[in-house]
Amino acid sequence: MNNTKRSAGATSLVPARDAPQVLRRRSRRHRLAPWAFMAPALLMFTTFLLIPIVYAIWLSLRANRRIGGGILSKLTEVFVGLENYGRALGDPILYGALGRMLIYGLLVVPTMLGLALMFALLLDLPRVRLRTATRISIFLPYAVPGVIASLLWGFLYLPRVSPIRAAFEAVNLTPPDFFTSTSVFFSVANIAVWGGTGFNMIIMYTALRSIPAELYDAARLDGCGELQIAWRIKVPLLFPAVVMTFIFSMIATLQVFNEPQTLTPLTNVISSTWMPMQKIYTDAFVLNDIYSAAATSVMFALVTLVLSLGVLTLLQRRAFGEDR
Amino acid sequence: MGLGQGDLLDNADGPHEAVNVHSRAQPGVPTLSRLFDLNEERELMHRRLAFTVAGVFLATSALAACTSSGDGATPSDGASTTAAGDADAPATLDFWTWTTNIEQVIDIWNKENPTQQVNVDRQAQGDELITRLLTAEKAGNAPCLMHTEYQALPVLVSNGVAADLTADVADIRSAFPDGAWGLTSFGDQVFAIPQDVGPMMLYYREDLFNQLGLTVPTTWDEFAALAAEVRQKSPTQYLTTFSAGDPGWFAGLSEQAGANWWTPEGNSWKVSIDDPATQKVATFWGDLVKSDLVDSQPMYTPEWNAAMNDGTLLAWPSAVWGAGVLEGVAPDTAGKWRAVPMPQWSAGDNVTGYWGGSGTAMSASCKYPAQAMKFMTWLNTSPEALAGLVTISGVYPAATAGQTGPALAAPPKMMPNQPDFFAQASEIASSARGFTWGPNVNVTYQSYVDEFQKAIQDGSPFADALTRMQDTTVTDLTRQGFDVVSGS
Repeated sequence: MNNTKRSAGATSLVPARDAPQVLRRRSRRHRLAPWAFMAPALLMFTTFLLIPIVYAIWLSLRANRRIGGGILSKLTEVFVGLENYGRALGDPILYGALGRMLIYGLLVVPTMLGLALMFALLLDLPRVRLRTATRISIFLPYAVPGVIASLLWGFLYLPRVSPIRAAFEAVNLTPPDFFTSTSVFFSVANIAVWGGTGFNMIIMYTALRSIPAELYDAARLDGCGELQIAWRIKVPLLFPAVVMTFIFSMIATLQVFNEPQTLTPLTNVISSTWMPMQKIYTDAFVLNDIYSAAATSVMFALVTLVLSLGVLTLLQRRAFGEDR
Repeated sequence: MGLGQGDLLDNADGPHEAVNVHSRAQPGVPTLSRLFDLNEERELMHRRLAFTVAGVFLATSALAACTSSGDGATPSDGASTTAAGDADAPATLDFWTWTTNIEQVIDIWNKENPTQQVNVDRQAQGDELITRLLTAEKAGNAPCLMHTEYQALPVLVSNGVAADLTADVADIRSAFPDGAWGLTSFGDQVFAIPQDVGPMMLYYREDLFNQLGLTVPTTWDEFAALAAEVRQKSPTQYLTTFSAGDPGWFAGLSEQAGANWWTPEGNSWKVSIDDPATQKVATFWGDLVKSDLVDSQPMYTPEWNAAMNDGTLLAWPSAVWGAGVLEGVAPDTAGKWRAVPMPQWSAGDNVTGYWGGSGTAMSASCKYPAQAMKFMTWLNTSPEALAGLVTISGVYPAATAGQTGPALAAPPKMMPNQPDFFAQASEIASSARGFTWGPNVNVTYQSYVDEFQKAIQDGSPFADALTRMQDTTVTDLTRQGFDVVSGS
């Protein structure tokens, strides 16, 4: 861009020795233009993301301490360095929560993405009836807020109010217990899968619809059946969409909160620190220790960032490199 | 900014979630049933916001704007002075409260005192209100008048939010039983006027007791034997449930047994949550739970509602406001319940504890302390306000006069079979003992939930859970910088 300007200025009206000055003036104006366009976004970004992050980091270095004597002496905010980080890193409760999150993620992510992929491929088959209605009904649970979904499922899980249990008993089968220390993982994961499959299916389905139909025609001419088309053409071409949904699901897993938090008061199995986000929440708003919560949040945000970038880098060549 | 902060928090996260962690001060319906029962207002609901990492950042950003480096008044400021100023001078007072229909009670005051108007602001309830009060105080715009549960008051005091009222309440001390003052005092300093109390009493299903041929227990030994009898006579039913979700309930049971979880000793806090009295309570319930003689599902869940309705649970150690809860969760059982004094640890004793209850506090930064004090006194001791609290707000007043007035002549809706319900309640209330709440009850309560949930899950001894509760509490107090004397 600069090059074209320079040649225009140099060849016509302006004497050669003034050229740099004009150039500077013009390019300054041009350099400002993108900033002006970006200003609203930058302002929002700074106000609602950058400053809060900096403030969270600031808070994470502080703590409430008693200053002066007496049984009711006032708590004062003081600087404590990395103490909050040290305590968070040495807290077995946090590691317990992280372990449970891992189990939960291993249950949710493959199941949800597998189902989403399956539904998307099925819907993309030629001559599918009620395509739109089916798509909407699979997507619909995503429109139900996580808290409401968890309440609904909570009612289905609790033995005395559960129609599932009643159904089992009606045919003389032993009803499942949804809230044992093992089954609770499946119970919570089920809510997430129920709510998230539709969303991921739509992403994959949209990607499928953008694959040129000629590819299928060519494949059919070569003698591919629908299954082979799905496996050899659709799935490889869907890979970028799958990677994207994988990263979304991974981040959602790191941040899982609504479902377990809603179920916490219903059962003894889910503690208030069952998942990492619940622990942060409990620290900040039940124990009134926003400082520890800030330290854990900062560390967690870093882990999320590193994990996301790592996964992206790892999968990028495979997923997006084929176009190059 | 205090209001703005609250709004921002509200808007940031969409649907709220209800979490019942702490005790209820008020006749309370469970949070979940509340979501499906819009008419039911008599509840202390702990609504929690659903936070993601971004949400936490957003929230802290909101707090950022509210933080000021200046210190508020320290709680010990003016320890022995009365509220300064002319109590009859014009003033506008803000009152953050969640008491049901309190506006109608305050209307009486506002009509009588045209120059001293009180504005009710329903910011939040229970612990959420405490969080907001702490933030508002930092921002320098805390309301003059604050509604607080007794166990949350120390948090307000140690954060410098609540003013010392010791000298101001000298004239009205006789209006309340000593036990009630114990709920709002630390050492000899008083920080709130008691508003309502929840002396514990035992509710049981009279019809089912008759049907199964059960005798009402008067001691805990009889209670345990009865629990076994119920299981033997009707394996699908339980006498009651032990709830790991209600620390306030367990605290009340411990008060009855003679526990003193926190005691100020000179400049130190003595913490004895695992004292023999509480150990006795924990072991008693632990044994019942372990041998499946009582249920162990938490209270205030759809599950519990169903069990209270369909007769799966036969009895409920609750508080005087329990009748209101029953109305919310088991309306079909009206007239089938009866309330009696709690079972005793020694035959012939007559003592109970408190479950919940709340008081009115004044902020240290209040510009009209004299007027605020005048209003608080009126609200909690005057006959007209007490009658209003009973009939309009449905609370059981802490003031002695409030427990015997004509407003309490008729029994609660759920107890038509017990016309002398409130007369009995008053008698029970006079036998209630509380203990001093320490500055980190929130930590202790959370620890109760965590540890007892785990103990029920693992089948490990309740006494060990109690020991960990003690350790968590002491560790936290020490970390905050308080001097702590541990022991029983």
